[in-house]
Amino acid sequence: MSNKSLGIVKPEIFSYKENFPLESGKNLKGFDLIYETYGELSKSKDNAILICHALSGNHHAAGFAPDDDKKPGWWNELIGPGKAFDSNKFFIVSLNNLGGCHGSTGPSSIDPETGSKFGKDFPLVTVKDWINSQNILREFLQIDCWHSVAGGSLGGMQALQWSIDYPEKIKKAVVIAAAPKLSAQNIAFNEVARQAIVTDPNFEKGTHHPKRGLGLARMLGHITYLSEEVMKEKFDRDLKKDKIEYGYGIEFEVESYLRYQADNFSDKFDAHTYLLMTKALDYFDPSKYFEGDLISTLENTKSEFLVVSFSSDWRFSPKRSKEIVNSLIAAKKSVSYVNIDSYQGHDGFLFPDDRYVKTIKTFLSSNV
Amino acid sequence: MFNIIKEWIPEESHILDLGCGDGSMLADLKNELNINGLGVDIEEKNIQLSLEKGLSVIEQDIDLGLENFKNKSFDVVLMSQSFQTLKKPETALNEIIRIGNESIVSIPNFANLRCRIQLFITGKMPISSALPHDWHSTPNLHLCSLKDFEELCTNANITIAERKLIKNSGKSTILTRSFPNLFAEIAVYKIFKKS
Repeated sequence: MSNKSLGIVKPEIFSYKENFPLESGKNLKGFDLIYETYGELSKSKDNAILICHALSGNHHAAGFAPDDDKKPGWWNELIGPGKAFDSNKFFIVSLNNLGGCHGSTGPSSIDPETGSKFGKDFPLVTVKDWINSQNILREFLQIDCWHSVAGGSLGGMQALQWSIDYPEKIKKAVVIAAAPKLSAQNIAFNEVARQAIVTDPNFEKGTHHPKRGLGLARMLGHITYLSEEVMKEKFDRDLKKDKIEYGYGIEFEVESYLRYQADNFSDKFDAHTYLLMTKALDYFDPSKYFEGDLISTLENTKSEFLVVSFSSDWRFSPKRSKEIVNSLIAAKKSVSYVNIDSYQGHDGFLFPDDRYVKTIKTFLSSNV
Repeated sequence: MFNIIKEWIPEESHILDLGCGDGSMLADLKNELNINGLGVDIEEKNIQLSLEKGLSVIEQDIDLGLENFKNKSFDVVLMSQSFQTLKKPETALNEIIRIGNESIVSIPNFANLRCRIQLFITGKMPISSALPHDWHSTPNLHLCSLKDFEELCTNANITIAERKLIKNSGKSTILTRSFPNLFAEIAVYKIFKKS
């Protein structure tokens, strides 16, 4: 194995056969979770890190999939030997969440009761449901307590929810580019994305993949993940051809890029999963069980927290991370906070900025 | 200086160190008194060094306000040798007192004899181990003498409960005690505000 990559990683599937009650009041009759692991579990089983994925992520966070040796996992820059999440030191678990479309039970799975795909009948799952299902996976893996739970964006929200729901089962929480709940603006973006999907004629018919709608949703999402600065750097006003043509075809580089992203994404992703993930984001608000008070929500947490934001992130801005930080301070919890100077917008959390990597490494290896 | 501050800090107390630097003070307090500490700093390097010591540290610009810290939410608020770097020292002083049940501030004395001599003889801005920067690269915006600081406290209705005077070496001598504004290089104050 090279020093920098994990090489080929084979996913595994955990099947849970019991009834699984959901936050919505509905039930799932068991589920599958697909997951990958990197590194070795120590004898004392005290070095396990759970990685939680964001909106369109999956279990394949690092290394190469057996059937694709070109594109590594989505957080390959940060997970691996000697990296921020060091697989030489830690046993790292990364799963595809319930409702996903990469091997875990979700809308594109077969409903055993009907023999056909769940589709729109798959129940809405929430961040809380994910944490409960991840906790069942933890028990299956015989990990008594996570050394850390980490994630960016919606993944960071899961790390936060872990610290609230299972305070005894998580020593450190790494909450990156997240927010304590979505703002009206955040929900608005998600709603436009959903409308793009549900008004696609293919979706309305319920028989065909709503490629156009899903592509549009992805285009919109993608814009919110980038900063104006990084878009200027990547595309500026560059044209595909020498001059403008006074028409509605693809003229600017940025248009071409967005359409490529849309096509690429909508071929691979399930529309119902996209809808479900955006809803899980919208519903996320751990304080709702504590009369909206984030400080009392965090009162029972026992983890040590690292909160990280990115200066150019406007989707979940540094201000939102500071809401989490300030509530943790008020609740007298152990919390560190860094705001990484970055021009990459919300997507900053995916890239191995030196300070970002060093901060995570130091936090993970320091003794509590 | 650590020994003076240590005496004023109860064991296992909840400490906020504003301008915690590389975290040495907090780390020592943690080791010796088992305190529960939180550092605040703005320098990337200092935050990293504090994290390396296993401390909790927040990246925050004190000059942009401390409203995120609740009233009397820490047993002790500490500001060691950072006061003179602030844009609005008076505002910060009031905030320190608001946040802490007790407050400790230490400052370098710009009116000490060495500074006075350097300025008098060489005609140039003084440089010492406590104030090692050139005038053009110093982070110190509001250097003051002990008299200046104490006047500020009086004007802001802040009471000085205790004051310790030392050399940069940490030693207290008859001279530093008898003629503080001339011989003390560092002053450590325990302050509060009568409500």
